[in-house]
Amino acid sequence: MAQQSGSRNPPVLQVDGLTRRFGGLTAVDRCSFHIDAGRITGIIGPNGAGKSTIFNIVAGALPPTGGRILFEGEDVTGFPAHVLFHRGIVRTFQIPHEFGRLTVLENLMTVPAAQPGERLWPVWLAPGAVARREREVRERAEETLEFLTLWELRDALAMNLSGGQKKLLELGRAMMAEPRLVLLDEPGAGVNPTLLVKLGDMIRRLNRERGYTIVIIEHDMDFIASLCERIIVLAEGAVLTEGTMTTVRRDARVIDAYLGGGEEEAVEPFPASVGRST
Amino acid sequence: MDQLYGIFLYAVFLLTMGGIYAVLALGLNIQWGFTGLFNAGVGGFFAIGAYVSAILTSAASARHLGGYDLPVPAGICAAMIASALVAWGIGRICIRLRSDYLAIATLGIAEILRLVLKNEIWATNGARGISRIPKPFEHVAEPWNQVGMLLLVFAIVLVLYVLLERARRSPWGRVMAAIRENEDAARAAGKDVERLRIEAFILGGALMGLGGALMAHHIKFIEPNVAEPVSATFLVWVMLVIGGSGNNRGAIFGAILVWTIWSATEILTTRLPSEWATKAAYLRIFLVGLALQIILQKFPEGIFRERRFQTSAASVHPPPFNRENTS
Repeated sequence: MAQQSGSRNPPVLQVDGLTRRFGGLTAVDRCSFHIDAGRITGIIGPNGAGKSTIFNIVAGALPPTGGRILFEGEDVTGFPAHVLFHRGIVRTFQIPHEFGRLTVLENLMTVPAAQPGERLWPVWLAPGAVARREREVRERAEETLEFLTLWELRDALAMNLSGGQKKLLELGRAMMAEPRLVLLDEPGAGVNPTLLVKLGDMIRRLNRERGYTIVIIEHDMDFIASLCERIIVLAEGAVLTEGTMTTVRRDARVIDAYLGGGEEEAVEPFPASVGRST
Repeated sequence: MDQLYGIFLYAVFLLTMGGIYAVLALGLNIQWGFTGLFNAGVGGFFAIGAYVSAILTSAASARHLGGYDLPVPAGICAAMIASALVAWGIGRICIRLRSDYLAIATLGIAEILRLVLKNEIWATNGARGISRIPKPFEHVAEPWNQVGMLLLVFAIVLVLYVLLERARRSPWGRVMAAIRENEDAARAAGKDVERLRIEAFILGGALMGLGGALMAHHIKFIEPNVAEPVSATFLVWVMLVIGGSGNNRGAIFGAILVWTIWSATEILTTRLPSEWATKAAYLRIFLVGLALQIILQKFPEGIFRERRFQTSAASVHPPPFNRENTS
């Protein structure tokens, strides 16, 4: 089932001249890039570069002001989130969006499509069909919980999970869909170092074993360098450059984008360890 | 003996009213308890149901629209359909609003409706209301007519309870709770949030219309103040919150409990000297508010908490550490 990574197929996602304005602020400015099928692609950039806005547009949470999005060769610009989900675009949130007063198991069971039990007539008149699908969904959710090492917490209310566990649950919700493109918005933010290693392994396994095409926004450079062959660097709403972590971190414009601009805090964006990890 | 008989009749009347309020609270529970829709216009849906059924079933009168002489069940069905249609219309316009804005919008619509009922005298007889509404079992001898009405209302509550409890425990109930907990995540999980919210709004509105129709036939009289925010909307909200929002049993229990408190205070206040009695009428609202405070201090989630049910007890898998042995 796993696809060969680095295949030369047409890109799964093609973004052309994407623009989004909020009043006078242009958050995304004629941004163009593509995502290859079967690979893990990283998107980095200083705060305010437009990373999350691009995810929101691609996932349908925000309509673009201009530009075009082609998904698997089809124009899906401006489609709402729930329609894009059924096409196979699945995203996670930077701040975990759990269903707080549902159990962990229920959080996962909510996701799959084609649940006849989500309509009232089958619930009242065809309970057999509902129960059958419900068993499949539960089985899948339980497998996902084991993969995420959240099995012991299956009956806990999601609101009572720790920050890191909620991040795993976010990943789990993506796994419960039939994703053709997974957008992970800072999966590692606020996650402790031990769990971060585990999370990285999970993401790699999902790519290798299930052939998921994954795009990650991340600030942790070590983390992203260890996962992605190809990295897209954004600054001020547009693509600055792209390449491997090694080439990108040598690019003077990238260092400038992180350190320059005046308003940004001057922090060292690429710790020395990054070069070694690739 | 006469006194006991009086108490018996009073109890039957009290429980019938409690049962009708239970229908309303179950309707609000679908909207608020399951789906998180803040409907502050309960009284409006209630009034639509009451007036539609009253007009369709009453004998002809020069004072208001009527003379269709439909049987009571047909009137009640029409009442539910009318409320559902209004809920659909309001839903199409307002359902995207955040909960507090939805509350203001629904409150406003209910108030507009109340003023229309008051002023469109040709149809509703204005503030004097519609009287001599037919009542089920009214040709049966006392007390069996009253008992019959009570049993009818309780049978309706029971059927609704079974249907709604099944819905709540199904994937339908789960996806509604998911929308209540996090709309954006529900959208990101492919759910058509707008459609589902409208569905819950319509279903809840239909039950409120049913409650209104039952009330009209029970009291045999209806006037625009039934849609008044305090006696209709506020009371139903208190019932649901005290009973336990999200829990169907809680909605029913809260309705009967609060209705009992509300009626008992009415008995007490009417026994006061007349100059006190008018003041005391306002004291009732205060007392219900006080009861709400006390109960919520002790039971912050209502007397019956929402129960989640998808626990491992029903699991199809053994836990992973046993699995090596089984597979």
